[in-house]
Amino acid sequence: MSTEVQSAPTVSGSRRARRTTSARTSVGYLFVAPFLLMFAGLFILPLVYAAYLSLFTERLIGGKAFAGFANYSRALGDDRLIGGIIRVAQFFAFQVPIMLLLALLAALAIDSGLLRYSKVFRLGIFLPYAVPSVVATLMWGYLYGRDFGPIGQVTEAFGLGKPDLLGPNVAFGSMANVVTWEFTGYNMIIIYAALRAIPTDLYEAAAVDGANAWRIAWHIKIPAIRPALMLCLIFSVIGSFQLFAEPQLLQRLAPSVIDSAYTPNLYAYTLAFTGQEVNYAAAVSFLLGLVIVIASYAVLFVTSRGSRRA
Amino acid sequence: MSAVDSQASPRTTDPAAPSRPGRTSRRSHSTALTVGMLAVLVYFLIPLFWLMVAATKTTGDLFSTFGLWLGDDFSLFRNIRDTFTYDGGVYTRWMLNTLVYSVVSASGATVLCALGGYGFAKYRFRGNDALFGVVLGSVMVPTTALAIPIYLLFSKVGLVDTPWAIILPSLVSPFGLYLMRVYAQDAVSESLIEAARLDGAGEFRIFFQVVLRSLAPGLVTVLLFTLVATWNNYFLPLIMLNDPKLYPITVGLSNWSYQAIGGRSSNPELLAFVVTGSLLSVVPLIAAFLLLQRYWQAGLTAGSVKE
Repeated sequence: MSTEVQSAPTVSGSRRARRTTSARTSVGYLFVAPFLLMFAGLFILPLVYAAYLSLFTERLIGGKAFAGFANYSRALGDDRLIGGIIRVAQFFAFQVPIMLLLALLAALAIDSGLLRYSKVFRLGIFLPYAVPSVVATLMWGYLYGRDFGPIGQVTEAFGLGKPDLLGPNVAFGSMANVVTWEFTGYNMIIIYAALRAIPTDLYEAAAVDGANAWRIAWHIKIPAIRPALMLCLIFSVIGSFQLFAEPQLLQRLAPSVIDSAYTPNLYAYTLAFTGQEVNYAAAVSFLLGLVIVIASYAVLFVTSRGSRRA
Repeated sequence: MSAVDSQASPRTTDPAAPSRPGRTSRRSHSTALTVGMLAVLVYFLIPLFWLMVAATKTTGDLFSTFGLWLGDDFSLFRNIRDTFTYDGGVYTRWMLNTLVYSVVSASGATVLCALGGYGFAKYRFRGNDALFGVVLGSVMVPTTALAIPIYLLFSKVGLVDTPWAIILPSLVSPFGLYLMRVYAQDAVSESLIEAARLDGAGEFRIFFQVVLRSLAPGLVTVLLFTLVATWNNYFLPLIMLNDPKLYPITVGLSNWSYQAIGGRSSNPELLAFVVTGSLLSVVPLIAAFLLLQRYWQAGLTAGSVKE
């Protein structure tokens, strides 16, 4: 990200003016200080503290003892953690393309001007974003449920019996559905906002030349909204790897399928607050942060290479 | 030229501008596309429709009648009354807690983001880019990596199980800062600031009297999205709060549903309250988004076009 160089002060030249400019520049510190102070206290300090904690271990006898990187090496050999990381990576690879494609198509449709009542679509698809993930998961949990879920009622009415939507092989997809339902609209709005910012003259000429809506979308609109798509993609990496509320709540409905290490965040939570293994939990969440950073850069790298080739 | 002007109305000349569906378009509408999108819309709205229908039912009807249509009794109003009064009106407390936590957090976060975003956008002090980069990079930090040490630090200073345990961490919004910086860059005109400076106004007076007005759509966007973030937050209150009287709606509903589906003291009667409480918790945010749509959509536009 680049920042524009400040325009020169109007009374430039004299030394006095230059001095006031530098004094004025340092006023910038006063503007950013409140945010940065809170940031230091509630981001940096806790992270440093967690890093410190992750290097110790709690012993039954003798209390806290320095452990070096023992927690980290334990984590790297912890099948439950590795399993959780693989699961969220699969979740990302499976759910995010579906969600972003749906969001992109919806945004293009709404932006195309070919849609009647486009405002209704725009707001209707966005609405789930205003639903807390807890409520969304509870709601879908009931919809999936065999007791009074309408999905089962409909399939039963057709003589198909009631599917177990939280069964061993299906729960993953059912959870992906909840997340897709929650966040497609949010991504769509970001993409749509970017589409609205494309100057129309860019494709009015193409339209005059007879290019149809699909060609305009593919050759002009999608390349123009790359930054917005990247933003959505990076947020999706971060969101997928941090899944917590959805698996934590669905766990109660399907405890045999979704265990306490289903996602790394759920595992870290369980370690810290059920198992009282705070030090190990700190190491686990640090490793997860590292995985997120690597995954984000990998995604950026792959997509920017792909675009250069195109 | 201010880029925001060009974003707010880049297509005023286009008769088919999507945001003006009222005007008749010379371009033809596509019925196939409309029908296809209708299916998409149904997918996104049907769970909410189910929630509305379910909130009108007694727990017995929830089990015995078809989920997507009204049951035998219309007990919406009784459900609402019972939800608010059950267990000494604890849901009412949760609602108020949620309101206080999210309004205080969102207002504070917006003030911090507005000051900071403007500072980062318009003053070239040393370390500007580096500091901003650190803040932006922090969005990758997992919530647990932060929440666990914050919990331990707060428990040392006695902040755990108080409203501050929710409000303080919610005041820092790196994405809000990013959005405000991008927005301030474009929306605040350099010449306006210079003019105010020549009039002898101080930097902070300029900010509050001149700049703030140009930032309004960005401010509404950050306010609304931090409001949603706190309103919907689950992890932080889950670990920070033990006293049910301090719970926000999310943690409260999660507890009720646990009791309803066979937790320790199974109480299926609670199902109707979970459903009605869910519906009630969603209404304020949906109303806020619909009422303020003009502002937050303009604010998002600015944030999404920058690399």
